Amino acid sequence: MQHVITEPYTKEKFSKLRTGDTVLLTGTIYAARDTAHRKLTEMLERGEELPFDIENSVIYYMGPTPAKPGYPSGSAGPTTSYRMDGFTPRLIKEGLIGMIGKGPRSDEVKQSATAMGAVYFAAIGGAAALIAQSIRSSEIVAFEELGTEAVREIQVEKMPLVVALDSEGNDIYAG
Amino acid sequence: MREIKVEQVSDAIRKMFIEANHFLGDDVKDCLKACAGREESELAKSVFESIEKNIEIAEEGVFPLCQDTGMACIFMEIGQEVHFTGGELYEAVNEGVRQGCLEGYLRQTIVEDPFRRKNTGDSTPADINIEIVPGDKVKIVLAPKGFGSENMSRIAMLPPAAGVEGAEDFIVDAVRQAGGNPCPPIIVGVGVGGNFNKVALMAKKALLRPVGSHNEDSFYAEMEERLLEKINALGIGPQGFGGKTTALAVNIISAPTHIAGMPVAVNINCHVSRHREVIL
Repeated sequence: MQHVITEPYTKEKFSKLRTGDTVLLTGTIYAARDTAHRKLTEMLERGEELPFDIENSVIYYMGPTPAKPGYPSGSAGPTTSYRMDGFTPRLIKEGLIGMIGKGPRSDEVKQSATAMGAVYFAAIGGAAALIAQSIRSSEIVAFEELGTEAVREIQVEKMPLVVALDSEGNDIYAG
Repeated sequence: MREIKVEQVSDAIRKMFIEANHFLGDDVKDCLKACAGREESELAKSVFESIEKNIEIAEEGVFPLCQDTGMACIFMEIGQEVHFTGGELYEAVNEGVRQGCLEGYLRQTIVEDPFRRKNTGDSTPADINIEIVPGDKVKIVLAPKGFGSENMSRIAMLPPAAGVEGAEDFIVDAVRQAGGNPCPPIIVGVGVGGNFNKVALMAKKALLRPVGSHNEDSFYAEMEERLLEKINALGIGPQGFGGKTTALAVNIISAPTHIAGMPVAVNINCHVSRHREVIL
């Protein structure tokens, strides 16, 4: 089944999604990968405010190629998600309700996502040029010194995704 | 003695680094098409459609195939009659990578140190592998290697008694454990024999062999075929969503080894299996 989801994102909207469904997502997502996850977690530990509002937000595990002049973004496919697993339950606790990446997640992430009604989407790994076509704008909002690993606020229009882990805990990679 | 200016090497590498990140070889493209036709589930078919569209967009030259434009793995076969002039060869190779990264808007993908992780800003240094061969030519192969698949690679120092069966079990298990992580459909590069360091390099070189070709030794050609069947029977499928195509090819390279050992290495590559080559 195909769904069209537009910001604002809510657990209620996400709860209708089932593993294996396809989604066209429109709205704001935040790109963050390995080092950014570590830094965001350190900020939370120090009691600092995160550089973006994490309540009902969606994070995309992605570090793009540089944008060519006149284009909003370079290529922008997902990176492998398991490397973020150790940081994810904390971010879900803070209000994160959607993740976009590729590949299976740990049991801890699955339990935490299911308990909190968060959903994990897969984007097609290696289809970075195609995915870039749905990016309307991209702006660094934190850790600029990390280059491609900086946190970016990205506006997407009809970004093609597959539901990999729905709010009931069904896992596309389980079998 | 034939003189070659190192500047020519830099130029060739700059060009290949950019091209490899936009154009996939016909061998991979043809195999993807053939495999797409064999899938039954809508989801698996749609993954192949996305991959095909992605290739078309990348060929327009604006967006690289993958955002992971890779570690530049370079294999040079240098004729022993060649004399390089005008600078240091390794520096010239890295200069080509630097220019390709910056001029081609490729991602800055390398960090200086595994723990301190400061980005070098230009995807250098490259992984440079040099062989001296007879003649007065220089062959350069450049393969940008993504790390989603590299991270799923494995090595084992198996005992000789493990035999073909033990080696095949290890190889299939490496793919099973990799699951949906390395962006299947994958290419499986296998090295057997040699020693600890050599076997890993053979596995990586095996990824350069055209998809659809076979090992010239029928023993290994049959092993490749058997492994491909076993791997595709795992059902991991495109992107790990389930399906018939987990791997496009299994390529094996073998070498003599020690009486006490049977090293096996598995280097996995994603469907964006990129490489270009030039002869100077």
